[in-house]
Amino acid sequence: MVHSADAHEPHIIPFRTNLAVFIALMVLLFVTVGVAYLDLGPLGLPVALAIATIKAALILLYFMHIRYASRLQWIFSSAAFLWLGIMILITMSDYLSRGWLNVDGK
Amino acid sequence: MSVESPAHAAAHGAVGHEPSQPHGNGHGLVAHQFEDAPQQREAALLGMWSFLATEVLFFGGLITAYVVYRWKAPVQVAVASHHLNVALGCINTCVLLVSSFLVALAVAEAHRGNARKVVQLLIGTIVLGVAFLGIKAVEWTADYHEGLIPFAANWQIPSHDLEILAQRGIDADQFGLYKLFWVLYFFMTGLHGIHVLVGLGVFAVVAALVWQRRRSKNFANLVEVTGLYWHFVDIVWVFLYPLLYLIDRHGPGH
Amino acid sequence: MSDHPHTHPAGPASGGFAPVPPALSQTRRAPINYLNAAYSVRSWLLTLDHKRIGLLYLIGVTFFFFVGGVAATVLRLELMTPGGDVLHSPDAYNRLFTMHGVIMIFFFLVPAIPGVLGNFLLPLMIGARDLAFPRLNLLSWYIYMFGGTAALILLIFGGIDTGWTFYAPFSTTFSNTMVLPAGIAVFITGFSSILTGLNFIVTTHTMRAPGMTWGRLPLFVWAHYATSLIMILGTPVLAIAVLLIGLERLFGIGIFDPALGGDPILFQHLFWFYSHPAVYIMLLPGMAVVNEIVPCFTRRPIFGYKFMAGALLAIAVLGFLVWGHHMFVSGQSMYAGLIFSFLTFFVAVPSAVKVFNWCATMYKGSVRFETPMLYALGFIGLFTIGGVTGLMLGSLGIDVHLHDTYFVVAHFHYIMVGGSIMAFLGGIHFWWPKISGRMYPELWGKLGALVIFVGFNLTFFPQFLLGYLGMPRRYYEYPGEFQVLNVMSTAGASILAVGYIIPLIYFIDSLRKPANAGRNPWRATGLEWQTASPPPTENFAVAPVVTTPPYNYDPAEAEQTPWNPFQPEQEPVHVG
Repeated sequence: MVHSADAHEPHIIPFRTNLAVFIALMVLLFVTVGVAYLDLGPLGLPVALAIATIKAALILLYFMHIRYASRLQWIFSSAAFLWLGIMILITMSDYLSRGWLNVDGK
Repeated sequence: MSVESPAHAAAHGAVGHEPSQPHGNGHGLVAHQFEDAPQQREAALLGMWSFLATEVLFFGGLITAYVVYRWKAPVQVAVASHHLNVALGCINTCVLLVSSFLVALAVAEAHRGNARKVVQLLIGTIVLGVAFLGIKAVEWTADYHEGLIPFAANWQIPSHDLEILAQRGIDADQFGLYKLFWVLYFFMTGLHGIHVLVGLGVFAVVAALVWQRRRSKNFANLVEVTGLYWHFVDIVWVFLYPLLYLIDRHGPGH
Repeated sequence: MSDHPHTHPAGPASGGFAPVPPALSQTRRAPINYLNAAYSVRSWLLTLDHKRIGLLYLIGVTFFFFVGGVAATVLRLELMTPGGDVLHSPDAYNRLFTMHGVIMIFFFLVPAIPGVLGNFLLPLMIGARDLAFPRLNLLSWYIYMFGGTAALILLIFGGIDTGWTFYAPFSTTFSNTMVLPAGIAVFITGFSSILTGLNFIVTTHTMRAPGMTWGRLPLFVWAHYATSLIMILGTPVLAIAVLLIGLERLFGIGIFDPALGGDPILFQHLFWFYSHPAVYIMLLPGMAVVNEIVPCFTRRPIFGYKFMAGALLAIAVLGFLVWGHHMFVSGQSMYAGLIFSFLTFFVAVPSAVKVFNWCATMYKGSVRFETPMLYALGFIGLFTIGGVTGLMLGSLGIDVHLHDTYFVVAHFHYIMVGGSIMAFLGGIHFWWPKISGRMYPELWGKLGALVIFVGFNLTFFPQFLLGYLGMPRRYYEYPGEFQVLNVMSTAGASILAVGYIIPLIYFIDSLRKPANAGRNPWRATGLEWQTASPPPTENFAVAPVVTTPPYNYDPAEAEQTPWNPFQPEQEPVHVG
């Protein structure tokens, strides 16, 4: 029964904000498609992922109300992505460092 | 720890059991294990966020596999990915983004207690979800006719792609990784599709419940919590689209 | 332990919880509690009461524990002689140790303490009426029983021979056994774990009684919170890993098949991303129990409360960073191996904090050696041995020598059996008065704890030596020079089996007697002891408010007050 004060009253997001977020998402979608046809060399994947992350952040913050939610929900919504990052990072640390040692199979 | 028999209610305000609040938040009845409506709302939201954390890592296992294989075989992945229809994928992303927008509006309307609008918006979302699955089905059917479904009997690497792979210096014993792109593509989009399908079922039930409770207005939490799920399904697609469709589109392989 | 589904096929309601003992009912009506509130089978199978669901779990895990135990017994009998004398085929042996592992890990160790004690106690300890989502709680028990029954059926009719780890490419390409159904059973059971974890997390965050701040939470709750984090963040990855195994088996798509470009090590990464933290799913609830028992039987506040809570969370988080120490000889990069080995030592720090703080709690306390405390002391000692040998295995160089030997088997049994099961039994003894309203016979309890401790060490200590001498695990024949130690191990296993049956018998037997335990036989702190035994369905007659820190024991009181928790109370404490 320990509540954060802001959880008592659900925040109703005005139509104008929702519309602005939606338009931003659509613009970013077309940006990401357009960028895919440019030759950015090794930057192609990071740019695509950065745009996707911005889109996800917009959805999380506004459509999913995280911007107005309790701090606990902030933590929960980001913890999973942190854990996913840990899993990918550590798994790739194995793959990336294979072959550094000049011994077969190490 | 000691127990006193104190004015528990005083510390927390009177327990709001009235089905409709004057200010129209529509929290309604509180389940027996909860003290009051805000506690119930916080628990419901936190429960959904915990579930979504699980979901992130559920898809995360596949994304890890994707990262490993994309790193191992960038050429095979790019060549295979060029068979995907960027335009249809883009339309599908639009469809999902619009549906998410409608759900966001539905949540706002639910907090205003406007049952009719909520139901309309949810029906709109369901229509868009069906459209998404329909477009996906068109894409999958095309893949099947090209023999690109690794689970189907007619699977084979198109001869054109074999030439490209050879041209780009890929040994024949590494062609298996071309197939793995398709495995991951169908597994990821399939799992996502199942989530869309579940979402459609959930929204159908939610819409019916909202209509049933249109007088008591006890549906805001329901719409908000299920809305979170739908937005999550949208976020997954926001990542899947560039990861699967938009690989080296400028490069050779068309 | 509770009644056995085989002996009472009519289900839990017809089981041993004898309602109103005649002697008591003549004098006065028994107070309404969660056990006698309703008697129908339906009132048990459709219950939403966390306490009844805890008992349903108790029946489930006890059943699977004895199934897994029977498999272990046959394994030990087979290993008594160097040749294959009992099972007559290596295939049968492979299936049997897989059955032992799958049942014990997925259907006993993972759900045991959270499912039984966590479900029963978590709401009581934080002063709530129930978990946040009672229906999900019941659903998770049904999922667990469904998955467990399915696994049991297929393990008996066919079986699998991959070991509980399902390593590819053996499991995907070469094994001719029922890997796919087993994978599905594990996949389904995972959701039970996820739902339990989700429920605990939300309950801990939102349902605490007024005054129950995070700094006043019993460490039992902290430990279950840490466990729940692992459950919701780790289990889905296991689900994906076994799904990929299933797809590979069905379609031969090559995702883990090196011949088709896949990478079998990827399976190990995904598998251990869950399964190493899963070790802590099994261990942290054990620590949860010991955290409660040690201060109570020492009559002192726990030493270093904040460090104890922090250590639990640190173990849960660090546990996610070390999975590669299972893969040192798998073909993983040597540099990754170095990092994993390095990180593994970090987990030792919070684990050592726990052990040192328990010892510091007992230091100069008036320690009382009742049965729960014997189990807790057993836990501390055996967990330390298991943990220190774990560090040996976590150092890259030594692991190359010891990998896949009996040293590993001994190590994880010291953690799982010496740790988790000791704590589970200790916890059942400690809270049995709360659960059933009855005391267990103390003399038999002490005897059981002693037999289990001796049997356990005789079973598993020789395995350290066997492993160090080079006996590999998962073989059903071995050179004659290993026989002496193997016979010792088998002899220990038979003692251990007797030790496990003793509590089963006296717990069931105690149900025949009138409820005499009283509200708080151990004079323990903690909200769960403030309500009646057994508690009423709504847990507390008066909603509790917390005003004092946890483990508020007074060492001075211990010197003066006589201690006899087994004296039946003249006047049972009633509700309301």
